[in-house]
Amino acid sequence: MATYLEFIQQNEERDGVRFSWNVWPSSRLEATRMVVPLACLLTPLKERLDLPPVQYEPVLCSRPTCKAVLNPLCQVDYRAKLWACNFCFQRNQFPPAYAGISEVNQPAELMPQFSTIEYIVQRGSPTPLIFLYVVDTCLEEEDLQALKESLQMSLSLLPPDALVGLITFGRMVQVHELSCEGISKSYVFRGTKDLTAKQIQDMLGLTRQDLCKHRNNHLFLAVCNSCRFLQPVHKIDMNLTDLLGELQRDPWPVTQGKRPLRSTGVALSIAVGLLEGTFPNTGARVMLFTGGPPTQGPGMVVGDELKTPIRSWHDIEKDNARFMKKATKHYEVLANRTAANGHCIDIYACALDQTGLLEMKCCANLTGGHMVMGDSFNTSLFKQTFQRVFSKDFNGQFRMAFGATLEVKTSRELKISGAIGPCVSLNAKGPCVSESELGIGGTCQWKICSLDPSSTLAIYFEVVNQHNAPIPQGGRGAVQFVSQYQHSSTQRRIRVTTIARNWADAQSQLQHIEAAFDQEAAAVLMARLGVYRAESEEGPDVLRWLDRQLIRLCQKFGQYNKDDPNSFRLSDSFSLYPQFMFHLRRSPFLQVFNNSPDESSYYRHHFARQDLTQSLIMIQPILYSYSFSGPPEPVLLDSSSILADRILLMDTFFQIVIYLGETIAQWQKAGYQDMPEYENFRHLLQAPLDDAQEILQTRFPMPRYINTEHGSSQARFLLSKVNPSQTHNNLYAWGQESGSPILTDDVSLQVFMDHLKKLAVSSAS
Amino acid sequence: MSVNQQAHTGLPYGQPQPGYQGYQQSGYGGQQMPAVHHSQYGAYNGPMPGYQQPAPPPGYFPSLGFPSKGSPVCLNSDTPILAPNFIGALRAPPPSGAPPPTSGAPVPAGQPVYSQFGQGDVQNGIGASAVQMQRPSASQPFIPGTAPTPVSQPATFQQYGPPPTSAQQLTNHMAGMQIGTSSSAPPPAGLGYGSSTSVPSASGSFTATGSGHYTPYSSSQGPPPVNVSHGLPPTSLSPNLSLGQPAFSGPPMSAQHPPQASGFVSPPCSTGIGPSSYPSTTGAPRPSTMQGSPLPGHALTGLPTSQPNHVSSPPPHPAMSGPPPGPPVLGLQGPPPPTHPSPSGYQMQQNGSFGQVRGPQPNYGGSYPGTPNYGSQPAPPPPPKRLDPDSIPSPQLSELPPQQKPRHRIDPDAIPSPIQVIEDDRNNRGSEPFITGVRGQVPPLVTTNFLVKDQGNASPRYIRCTSYNIPCTSDMAKQSQVPLAAVIKPLATLPTDETPPYLVDHGEPGPIRCNRCKAYMCPFMQFIEGGRRFQCCFCSCVTEVPPHYFQHLDHTGRRVDFYDRPELSLGSYEFLATASYCKNNKFPNPPAFIFMIDVSYNAVKSGLVRLICEELKSLLDYLPREGSIEESAIRVGFVTYNKVLHFYNVKSSLAQPQMMVVSDVADMFVPLLDGFLVNVNESRTVIVSLLDQIPEMFADTRETETVFAPVIQAGMEALKAAECAGKLFIFHTSLPIAEAPGKLKNRDDRKLINTDKEKTLFQPQTSFYSNLAKDCVAQGCCVDLFLFPNQYLDVATLGVVPYQTGGSIYKYAYFQLETDQERFLNDLRRDVQKEVGFDAVMRVRTSTGIRATDFFGAFYMSNTTDVELAGLDCDKTITVEFKHDDKLSEDSGALLQCALLYTSCAGQRRLRIHNLSLNCCTQLADLYRNCETDTLINYLAKFAYRGVLNNPVKTVRDTLINQCAQILACYRKNCASPSSAGQLILPECMKLLPVYLNCVLKSDVLQPGADVTTDDRAYIRQLVSSMDVAETNVFFYPRLLPLSKVDIDSDTLPAAIRNSEERLSKGDLYLLENGLNIFVWVGVNVQQSLIQNLFGVSSFSSISSTLSTLPVLENSFSKRVRSIIDMFQSQRSRYMKLIIVKQEDKLEMLFKHFLVEDKSMSGGASYVDFLCHMHKEIRQLLS
Repeated sequence: MATYLEFIQQNEERDGVRFSWNVWPSSRLEATRMVVPLACLLTPLKERLDLPPVQYEPVLCSRPTCKAVLNPLCQVDYRAKLWACNFCFQRNQFPPAYAGISEVNQPAELMPQFSTIEYIVQRGSPTPLIFLYVVDTCLEEEDLQALKESLQMSLSLLPPDALVGLITFGRMVQVHELSCEGISKSYVFRGTKDLTAKQIQDMLGLTRQDLCKHRNNHLFLAVCNSCRFLQPVHKIDMNLTDLLGELQRDPWPVTQGKRPLRSTGVALSIAVGLLEGTFPNTGARVMLFTGGPPTQGPGMVVGDELKTPIRSWHDIEKDNARFMKKATKHYEVLANRTAANGHCIDIYACALDQTGLLEMKCCANLTGGHMVMGDSFNTSLFKQTFQRVFSKDFNGQFRMAFGATLEVKTSRELKISGAIGPCVSLNAKGPCVSESELGIGGTCQWKICSLDPSSTLAIYFEVVNQHNAPIPQGGRGAVQFVSQYQHSSTQRRIRVTTIARNWADAQSQLQHIEAAFDQEAAAVLMARLGVYRAESEEGPDVLRWLDRQLIRLCQKFGQYNKDDPNSFRLSDSFSLYPQFMFHLRRSPFLQVFNNSPDESSYYRHHFARQDLTQSLIMIQPILYSYSFSGPPEPVLLDSSSILADRILLMDTFFQIVIYLGETIAQWQKAGYQDMPEYENFRHLLQAPLDDAQEILQTRFPMPRYINTEHGSSQARFLLSKVNPSQTHNNLYAWGQESGSPILTDDVSLQVFMDHLKKLAVSSAS
Repeated sequence: MSVNQQAHTGLPYGQPQPGYQGYQQSGYGGQQMPAVHHSQYGAYNGPMPGYQQPAPPPGYFPSLGFPSKGSPVCLNSDTPILAPNFIGALRAPPPSGAPPPTSGAPVPAGQPVYSQFGQGDVQNGIGASAVQMQRPSASQPFIPGTAPTPVSQPATFQQYGPPPTSAQQLTNHMAGMQIGTSSSAPPPAGLGYGSSTSVPSASGSFTATGSGHYTPYSSSQGPPPVNVSHGLPPTSLSPNLSLGQPAFSGPPMSAQHPPQASGFVSPPCSTGIGPSSYPSTTGAPRPSTMQGSPLPGHALTGLPTSQPNHVSSPPPHPAMSGPPPGPPVLGLQGPPPPTHPSPSGYQMQQNGSFGQVRGPQPNYGGSYPGTPNYGSQPAPPPPPKRLDPDSIPSPQLSELPPQQKPRHRIDPDAIPSPIQVIEDDRNNRGSEPFITGVRGQVPPLVTTNFLVKDQGNASPRYIRCTSYNIPCTSDMAKQSQVPLAAVIKPLATLPTDETPPYLVDHGEPGPIRCNRCKAYMCPFMQFIEGGRRFQCCFCSCVTEVPPHYFQHLDHTGRRVDFYDRPELSLGSYEFLATASYCKNNKFPNPPAFIFMIDVSYNAVKSGLVRLICEELKSLLDYLPREGSIEESAIRVGFVTYNKVLHFYNVKSSLAQPQMMVVSDVADMFVPLLDGFLVNVNESRTVIVSLLDQIPEMFADTRETETVFAPVIQAGMEALKAAECAGKLFIFHTSLPIAEAPGKLKNRDDRKLINTDKEKTLFQPQTSFYSNLAKDCVAQGCCVDLFLFPNQYLDVATLGVVPYQTGGSIYKYAYFQLETDQERFLNDLRRDVQKEVGFDAVMRVRTSTGIRATDFFGAFYMSNTTDVELAGLDCDKTITVEFKHDDKLSEDSGALLQCALLYTSCAGQRRLRIHNLSLNCCTQLADLYRNCETDTLINYLAKFAYRGVLNNPVKTVRDTLINQCAQILACYRKNCASPSSAGQLILPECMKLLPVYLNCVLKSDVLQPGADVTTDDRAYIRQLVSSMDVAETNVFFYPRLLPLSKVDIDSDTLPAAIRNSEERLSKGDLYLLENGLNIFVWVGVNVQQSLIQNLFGVSSFSSISSTLSTLPVLENSFSKRVRSIIDMFQSQRSRYMKLIIVKQEDKLEMLFKHFLVEDKSMSGGASYVDFLCHMHKEIRQLLS
């Protein structure tokens, strides 16, 4: 066990890969019976301090349908200077540069510790990064001011040679020209009219240059095109700072009882069109800052009448959200175009009400952009989050990469079912593409327009090996992940990760497979599937599906006597899995009650891209307890953990809650912390704050920070998350010093488990 | 005989310019006199002869002339003296300020208006009695204007000499006036004037005024004076008649006269009545209005009228006798008149028309003399020349075997001369104020400088009518074919010495209006029941007077506050509108000006963009302001464009301007709200910075395509967003071929000319612009378009919006900075600075019986009654045609009320009201005697120019010719004395109709020359459509001045000459202007010194024909010529292009195009030929 845990952890650290199963069932039939699919979580750009990139091209398998990269799993004939592809078994000649190869003189890619290796390659001319700000001006004065300051500040964070552009919108959309002296120039578009990319480019005067494309070289074209709307930061730093400084609120009058007219749809469309026309297939971020819902034109989410509230889940269920479908369609089209051009869209939405993230989510989801939701631009939540977009790694490089394509190659026994994550399909058919789809399938290549070190994709496989074709003893299945991307330093890089796992016959060696089960990864992978389904299916159906899967898993791997729930046992490698599922069922990813459609979209967005650890936090928040009785310790996410003499720190990923127990709160009110003799109390109070700060420092997006105490309304954030083991329905717990009851009708983990056991052991199912 | 006499006299008179006077007089006389045909005739003769000029009081004069004939001498003598005095006195008093208080005391105030009368009175007074004199004076206030005359009198006298007639007329008027005043007024004024010291001057003044305003008076005066003074209207009449005839006969003319006389005679008779009625009416009305002493008026009028008739008849005779000479003869006779008032009177009158001819004759003297003889004969000759208006028949012919001569040659000098008519009118009416108190007065010609005193009718600067005497029935109107139309220029600029309309505020409830027809309170409303109600003068409905407006009536039935309220005593005034007169019941915001500059390659390269930007920097300080307000309320905005539009945010708080590009031209919108329209002073630095940068920004542009419709849309949308009205100044260079709404294609096709499809050249390519115009009008968005084409850009289509929104188009083909800069900048300055109203609606109400049926000009109409104008500036004119829908009565006359609701440049909502009362007649002769040919031409031209949109040009031309033939034939048939069919007899007031009409027919629109582009035609077509009478007059018959005759030491201009090549001397320099261009024609044999002085070069051959200005040289000749040109420029609403034409140079072809009396290159007939043609047409109609 310990070995598998270590193995898993080691693999994750080295390759950024977590498989649900670390020993693979060798036949298709067996694989399907394992309930949890063979799948992995891949973090393509996992930060690795010890991975210096190599400065040459990878060596590819010469078979046109394969083109796998030379890796440590390949068999090498050092004398013949040949290597055999471990995917297609093609024998390949080493290129001339490898003439000196020998057993003692191996290139890095052949060394086992370089199962993940990164190449820096020369492809085309390096193009600078592009940041296109799309700014809503229908904001309150304070918000706008705060936003302007944030934007001005961001200029100093950008790489000096990055190109930057500015589009503002309100009732109209303005594309600002940045290179003018003495007069500020902008192109204005009406916010109600959808324009095709060609029209936009015509109107921005970008087509003229297309004509000279044939005559002049490409570089000139780029310069020419960019010169007006996209300028190197170092050149127009001052200009843009002034321009932002002069930015006014949308001047068009908003009458009583109306929402400001906000042309988000057109603004985005223009941003996309602009980049499409100037820098296709170059790393670019469209950063949308909006303070409210789009209220006119294509992509409008709600009318401008304040008396009509923005759609709720209730409206959507009743099919009463009149703009939703059209708007969604509009943004989907945009997102797909953006993705096709390798650009990404970030959405920074700060408003108290919804801003239409539900409709716009695909922009961020499909392009790998960020989605940030806050109450106001004038909050540290937004300011710090935004600042963190430009954070740098230990090498001083931005933690962002662009225009990545991820290709997956598998050995013959495996095929690829699909992927779930911030990507779009590249529709690359190949021998390793499965016909059954999970997530975004039908392809072995995906495009991830924007990546950061924590971006994680779930990739699902199908074992296709037939039952009657056993795998030779010691045979291993291999998967190679090839990610090509534009590094923030504008280099093109290729990261290749090749992994291999043992096959095992599920009938004879089930215990091996069982022991190699990674329940954390499995929980996240299943959750992704569930969330993915929830986007298109009814909530209850998804829950039923999840339940069925859980029951089947328990049936398969539990040890029990039929129809005797009490006899039910799960091995250690499965023991936490039901609990994850329990919390997943209660999570905002699958429950829309009490969440607005925007919030749901927001939560799902992040869930579909965070790495395993963060995802688990999202599924099952972490609860720490601080008390005088000992050092801080994690405690059960259970109402019984809520005690009067404790301080609780809960991290749900989106929120950090510090909760003072009843007694603690009274002490604090009494001011004991200020008395020298109670310095320990002061330390106790301080401890969770410090820990919270630590989390806040690193988390992206910045979580909502809630400091509350027993009985306060904000305590609901805690109460809604804990397992309601004590409720008004089971008052027997009253009086015991075992926590506080939760006023809910939700089932508790105990009840859930009881049912699960009953169903798992039932011979009826 | 007459000829001789005339000749002799003529000369002398000639000096006085009897001709002119005669003209005017005749013209006026005719008009005014209409009532009194005889009198008019008399007047004509009168004026022509001795008095001619003085007689000028045209219309009246004629009558006067007659009267004068009757008692000419006396009158003359009297009048002159008296008149001067009066005038002087009057003028002095002019203060006019005091409205025509009741005749007596108020006089002074009233004077202005009355002045004319006053003068008349004066004369009368003189003639009649001091008393009268005094009165006039009383009324005189007007006289003031004349005041100066005293001195001049002598001179004028000469004219007056003739003036007797005028005097008479004046007297008549005066009489009328006096009548009113006589009782009370006389004393004061009389005294002053009576003082006689001024007398002579008075006469002088008289003549002046007389000619202008007095005509009617004069007519009455001439005779009346005497008669009047005597108060023997009836007698006067008879005398007049007798006189008139006798005069005619008496004069050499007798022979000739017969025919004419007969012709005239008939009128006289009829007119006699008419006149009587007229006078009565006029007299009465005036008096009533004026001072209220009706009797005198009647008496006077009666007399005058009678005279007029006579006069008119006589003139014809003379004219007849020597067709062209006739007039001259008359003119000549004129001179005699002095001696023999009566004869002069006659001649004057008849000649009136001719007189003018003579005017010129003076110079030609010789020929004329001859003519006079013919005049008598004319009748016979007529056949050959139908020319002679009244008697125009070629004089020569008449003398010679009429028959032969006719065809062979017509002496160009014998046919009616515009120059003469203009000179006569100027001399006769230019020196005295035109007082508008009397109904149906024919004003002086537009070419005459005169002062207007508003005493209840709108100034002719605001409204001019084709006829001031409207037929009572539609049958008559149809029979005569004389169009009844008014040319209205509601916001006309007044000379500084005339008071602009007062602003009346009726407070919260708004202006007082008739309950039924909604007419606005005006001087013609009748208060009844002690002032508790008033009866509408238009529809007769009785309306309660609101309590806050109630006022007691005095013993004459007039409100006690009559003089305190402009709406009760003046013809033109303004009301402050209340919220209910505004869009959405909200008071409007101040208007805005948006400058929209084409920055495509052509515009940038030619330097135009830089020029405009530079100019705007200073021009923005001169936006129109209201009254004494220091800062203009108008906000400004800027747009540049080529294929896309660039808006500019110039908000004062910005450090630098912001440019906003809108490329979505398919769906135009305004990208910004705040900061687009700004106050100039607040945003000055930003604006200046913007204007500095625009030329730089586009200096390297390579964009050649432009859009157009989106530009207008953008401006309109901007105004809509700002919720205000305003004006767009668009500077555009090329055919808008860029992909956008309103995109046009080049469809210029000269092959269409003279085909049925020619009309398509004038029609817009697409209806898009009409719809756009509609939207603009709804928003109060007026569009002024400055075009700088290097090739065809389809003015017909581009002009639709400017045209329908009341805007202007300026066109500078092949714009070149060096040559066209000054012209463009001057136009731009004037266009930006001129007074303008926005979001206007104009409605013309009329007495029951006639109705405004058709409208011509630059505006839009969504229904049949309301003329909607997004913008209306002080140069824009609307011509309104009236048709009968019932009978009119002679007693009540016909009233017009033009109400213009508009937003002033300060954003104040106002109503400008113009009232005009016209006479009505049952006799055709009255109609013909009170017509105004210039106005008629204005109408006909507009009618024809609109016609080409829907009909082949040839049809339009034929229609015009036909209508004129019918007008003249009707006259011949019903008003002229029997004469041989071969004789062309023209009504005195219309004797220029053929020549002017020919000019219209030959104009570029109706008969394009080979070098006239389609754009030019469309441009001119639209331009003419909103021209006023003065502009059409000079446009169709350009002014041609011999420069060598310029008197360097005086301000007077040399006498103009007729537009014919044969009148140009190789050794002379000429100046020709038509409102659009000024030509300086240099003969090959011009003295070196002149060339040196003017051009600064040594020889003819070194004169550069590419000069666009005359070099500034320090010699008196150069200074004088340049000052003349400057003066001309200042008189026109557009800056004229100066072109130097050297004789026998290639540019001369262009110049010759404007010699409108000659045969034109494009096939237009010469004056003589056309006259013959017209005569033929008339004969056909008669037979």
